[in-house]
Amino acid sequence: MKVSLFATCLTNAFYPEVDLTMAKILKHLGHTVDVPEGQVCCGQIAFNSGYVDDAREVARTLIDSFERSEVVVGPSGSCIAMIHHYYPTLFEKEPVYLKKAEDLIHKSYEFTQFVVDVLNKPDLGAHYKAKATYHPSCHATRLLGIGEAPLKLLQHVKGLELLPLPEAQLCCGFGGTFSVKMPKISEAMVAEKAEHVLTSGADILLGLDMGCLMNISGYLEKINKPVKTMHIIQLLGEGMKS
Amino acid sequence: MTMYNLTTDQRVDKALADNFLRQATRRATDRLRNNKYKASDELGNWEEWRNAGETIRKHVIANLDFYLQQLIEQMEKRGVHVHLAKTPADAVGIVRNIVREHDAKSVLKSKSMISEEIHLNHALEEDGAAVVETDLGEYIIQIAGEPPSHIIVPAMHKTRQQVADLFEPIAGHALSSDTPTLTRFVRIQMREQFLRGDIGITGCNFAVANTGSIVMVTNEGNGRMVSTLPRVQITLMGMERIVPSFRELDIMLNLLARSATGQRLSSYTTILTPPKKSADSDGPEEYHLVILDHNRSEILGDKLFRTALNCIRCGACFNVCPVYRQLGGHAYGSVYSGPIGSVITPLLEKDWKKWGHLPYFSSLCGACTEGCPVRIPLHDLLVKLRMRKTQSGHTPQVEQQIFKAYRYLFTREKTLRRALRLGAHLQRPFVRNHRITGGPAPLSNWTKSRTLPMVAPKPFMQIWADLNNKR
Repeated sequence: MKVSLFATCLTNAFYPEVDLTMAKILKHLGHTVDVPEGQVCCGQIAFNSGYVDDAREVARTLIDSFERSEVVVGPSGSCIAMIHHYYPTLFEKEPVYLKKAEDLIHKSYEFTQFVVDVLNKPDLGAHYKAKATYHPSCHATRLLGIGEAPLKLLQHVKGLELLPLPEAQLCCGFGGTFSVKMPKISEAMVAEKAEHVLTSGADILLGLDMGCLMNISGYLEKINKPVKTMHIIQLLGEGMKS
Repeated sequence: MTMYNLTTDQRVDKALADNFLRQATRRATDRLRNNKYKASDELGNWEEWRNAGETIRKHVIANLDFYLQQLIEQMEKRGVHVHLAKTPADAVGIVRNIVREHDAKSVLKSKSMISEEIHLNHALEEDGAAVVETDLGEYIIQIAGEPPSHIIVPAMHKTRQQVADLFEPIAGHALSSDTPTLTRFVRIQMREQFLRGDIGITGCNFAVANTGSIVMVTNEGNGRMVSTLPRVQITLMGMERIVPSFRELDIMLNLLARSATGQRLSSYTTILTPPKKSADSDGPEEYHLVILDHNRSEILGDKLFRTALNCIRCGACFNVCPVYRQLGGHAYGSVYSGPIGSVITPLLEKDWKKWGHLPYFSSLCGACTEGCPVRIPLHDLLVKLRMRKTQSGHTPQVEQQIFKAYRYLFTREKTLRRALRLGAHLQRPFVRNHRITGGPAPLSNWTKSRTLPMVAPKPFMQIWADLNNKR
């Protein structure tokens, strides 16, 4: 299969290794990988802040860049959920782009969803000896309905002990601009999330959205708690090296 | 009403510093939420119940004019006085006149969010009437002089000890803070009040259109006392609170009780078809129904927000909201707090200056939408409110500029690469141990409580281009 990567704006700027590892894993699975030029961002940051016109232009750029792709895969439930859930309303008055948006919706997937549900490859042959817990990010879970896929990938990692995360369904307090617009509420939320991560007894916190992980790890570092955070892609990438 | 005099920021600070409140809120919402899961799971097909609830609510709202007319006809046919109140001031005026006309000294109330919405108590007290809240939670916050912190559990934020402290001056002696002592005290107080009441004021959970009946659910039975003992009764209802017939009521009562408290039915479901008939041994002889609009008509005509009227005021969205969980209700500053309060308050009150903060009291995690028994897309409505606020020019200039810049850069990938390279240089003064730890606002809003990773020396798009020898 020819897979086009959606390098989300956050991983592009802060965590290029996540995008790079995603490319490596997909290549390892025998697929051709390309990264269409011109792509930047799904537009969610503006959309969720109420700046719909600005969001629409950013979304249009993304749609254009993937126009000729067969399949689009991104390392974020939140960005893919933005495309799936809000592009139809964003372009409701533009028939041409509405059609293009629907094409993109039909061919785009979050990484774990793609590997498990589409490729049916839950076992990537990874080894990683650690105690980990998993934070189910809100948009992946509630908007995309991703439940089992990431867990299946993790259950197949040899040596990995997966511990339950108490009150896992609670938002970590990231919420994009929420974290800087309502910083005190956001901090209270991430403080509770960190409390549950520490209670879980895990050495590593895993997730499938770098936004949430950046938030939780940023807080854990600030309070000097040595829990490492990793995107599932990073853990799989490391585990597949050995 | 001290909470109302503080700024949003001050209210948030106050709430976050109050560990009693935060623990009480966390405990209470967890309990309600878990009870709800049990009560909804036991049905085995909760999603179908939600579908039915959504269908009924949408049907009623789409045909509200018809059902309101039917309700009013049924009521008036039997001699009920029906009053239509366009504004909260109109509603207060109507109630005030009735109280004055009867020269009522004692007004008994069972729980009514509409009475909170129109700030009724204060007006009646100004006229010299004694207003007695007979719902335990409302009674507590009435003594404390506070607004409700949760639509179904108004005194959720109070601990037993705080309640005992509030009751002591009334009791005139020390009270132990155990629940039986406190409830016995209130029970004795209430008995006397019930017998003295001149006028009863109740809320309305549902009004059945084709029979002209008012349905109230309570867990203390106080609603039943308020609606049987006084000779005159006034029921306050929001104009959207209608079901077509008893068939739909059955479904809605299940959804309400299970979602609100995790009960199969509330302890008391009171159905009144007023006024008292000659053969009835009790009940009010004179009955007034006050139907409040307060911009609900406008919401009804607004296709972006119409679904907000589908709410059945169960409070389920409060109990799963991670923002409400940290703050409790008072930080919102509004009578209706939690996710639904953040949606309806700006729509009802139409004042961005005063209520423009509410749509941002959400991380948009979607737990409210998932928890809503009638499938109101609450977090989507919050985004739409932000959109409306933005489009009407009520957001800060700086924010508008930031998003203009965002739009420029994030539609030009090559330019963004250069900007990111510049960022990688500019971040240097703030970097400690490979993390950004300071910086100017709004960056500092993040770095005050969290570290931020460095902007990568090369963005992924550049790394990929280099790997593939493209420029």
